[in-house]
Amino acid sequence: MTTIDNGVNVQALLDAREALKSAPEAAQFTWRASSTWTKGVHSTTTVQKFFGLGQEQTHKNETVFAADHPEVFAAEDNGITPIEYLLVGLAGCLTAGVASVAQNRGIQLRSVEATVEGNHDIRGILGADSDVRNGFNDVKVTFHIDADASKEEIEALVAQSQKRSAVFDALTNPTDVTVEVA
Amino acid sequence: MSVERVTTVVVGAGHAGLAASHFLTARSIDHVVLERGEVANSWRRERWDSMRLLTPNWLTRLPGLAYAGPDPDGYLTAGEVSAFIEHFAAVARAPVRARTNVEHLGRTDTGYRLTTSGGELECRSVVLATGACNVPTVPAFAAAVPSGVEQLTPFGYRDPSSVPEGGVLVVGGSATGVQIAAELQRSGRQVVLSTGGHVRLPRLHRGRDVLWWMDRSGVWDQRYDEIEDLPRARRLPSPQLVGSPARETLDLNALTDLGVSLVGRWAAVRDGWALFSGGLRNVCSLADLKMNRLLSGFDQWAGITEPGVPLAPTRVPDRPRLRLDLRGGEIRTIVWATGFRPDYSWLDVPVLDGKGRLRHEGGVVDSPGLYALGLPLLRRRRSTFLNGIEDDARAVTDHLAGALAVAR
Ligand SMILES: Cc1cc2nc3c(=O)[nH]c(=O)nc-3n(C[C@H](O)[C@H](O)[C@H](O)COP(=O)(O)OP(=O)(O)OC[C@H]3O[C@@H](n4cnc5c(N)ncnc54)[C@H](O)[C@@H]3O)c2cc1C
Repeated sequence: MTTIDNGVNVQALLDAREALKSAPEAAQFTWRASSTWTKGVHSTTTVQKFFGLGQEQTHKNETVFAADHPEVFAAEDNGITPIEYLLVGLAGCLTAGVASVAQNRGIQLRSVEATVEGNHDIRGILGADSDVRNGFNDVKVTFHIDADASKEEIEALVAQSQKRSAVFDALTNPTDVTVEVA
Repeated sequence: MSVERVTTVVVGAGHAGLAASHFLTARSIDHVVLERGEVANSWRRERWDSMRLLTPNWLTRLPGLAYAGPDPDGYLTAGEVSAFIEHFAAVARAPVRARTNVEHLGRTDTGYRLTTSGGELECRSVVLATGACNVPTVPAFAAAVPSGVEQLTPFGYRDPSSVPEGGVLVVGGSATGVQIAAELQRSGRQVVLSTGGHVRLPRLHRGRDVLWWMDRSGVWDQRYDEIEDLPRARRLPSPQLVGSPARETLDLNALTDLGVSLVGRWAAVRDGWALFSGGLRNVCSLADLKMNRLLSGFDQWAGITEPGVPLAPTRVPDRPRLRLDLRGGEIRTIVWATGFRPDYSWLDVPVLDGKGRLRHEGGVVDSPGLYALGLPLLRRRRSTFLNGIEDDARAVTDHLAGALAVAR
């Protein structure tokens, strides 16, 4: 068998899966983001610290995200629209899944490209029609994958990456959200 | 009160317990089979009226007894199954004590002690054959369903006439769910079927029962210690199959053709609304992919290279509904076809894992002298089915007899 390398350390992930089976406490992670209002609908969110494996953890670098709205929303467009961050999250998560599953199944990837489209009827958020929801009507992801694999195997990669995706789950299933004023 | 002594106690007189008895008798190991109800109790009391086996008659076989009727390709009704098992009990001369409920099982220095509705027993070894499907499982959010909606499990469901008039939400896309959904829709109800991951299979593949391929190609002979993710394989839902004289396929496309409407996995109840997952399309793709892989594996095994007629991909509604108002009157009844679990509340031996599953290696339980039969994939994929018990019961009683001989 020729060794394939998609740059994913699958062995480490499989080892973690085994280790965490008997240590569910260590598997409890908390992801965090903190935001500050700038002006108008522009805000800045930073992400660096998180909790996991029983202790505080830190990303190598702090990442700063600007959120705003485009000029057609009468805003200054200092950053992408918050709902677009969901598309970023979904694309990143599914792509990571494709790479990991491919590595695990011995499939060499050459390129993986995804386009994510979220259809959104903004009458919901504007309060123009109470029958329209605020969030996406639907989301469509299109993958273009070049790999040493049959069409069926590639479809199976994509299906499996959805099955194990955190963001796909967070978007397709309800989540209990609490918003408080401290 | 005096304590009765016997070498081995078998708990449960379904086909599994009776098969154990057959092999114990063959080895002259003195034993009794304790049964809380009657022989084949679960086929008498825990199946809906129209239920038939999804395994064909030629696969209906127990040690030394096989279906011998005129229709090897047909499927037995639940009543016929209980008659078949009763016949097996008679042929095997199984020492069954009916209406004897085991209320407590604990260890002693030399073996086990059982408290039953008929008195106390002490023995060296015990075979747990109490079934894998004692209790229908229902998700916790069922408690949040508005009270105006009737809720049933497969144990409470008898036939469409016993379900209140009005729409029905059937939850679960395994054999039980698709069969009940089809029956209710045909009776004139509007049925919504909520399904997560499921196992799609055609009834026939290249003119033969799909279970013929499972049986002959070796898929069902796969051993528990050859399977990569055993816990997952043991949790695999039953396939979307029905045993009907017409040998029809009952996948989601067939249900859509009948008029059933499909929604994703039911995730939560919020303010009286049922919320369904938006992942329906993916669970359908996964099921299609797995089915196609299995069928082409069968072809490969048979050396067939000419392509077969491809099965249409599962048709998912353009916009599957994501929520449904349970107070709106559209749904009068919910049928929870969300699986079953064993009941070990009477088992006072520390052999359950954190999830309440029995710890065992191919039926040899993690406590000397304790054995299990009749659990999914106990030793092989076919363990789940009637035809799998022969090898399992032989292997388990071999081990049991060996342990008795060593201890002697
Ligand atoms: C809906 C459904 C459909 C199925 N269809 C098929 C099929 O088509 N083909 C197939 O091959 N298999 C099928 N099976 C799987 C399997 O064959 C059945 O579950 C079968 O009943 C299992 O047999 P068993 O002997 O292991 O358990 P059971 O038949 O459940 O027997 C266990 C016995 O133990 C008794 N018992 C339980 N607890 C106690 C206690 N504490 N004290 C005394 N007695 C006790 C029960 O009363 C029962 O009689 C199906 C299962 C279900 C649930």
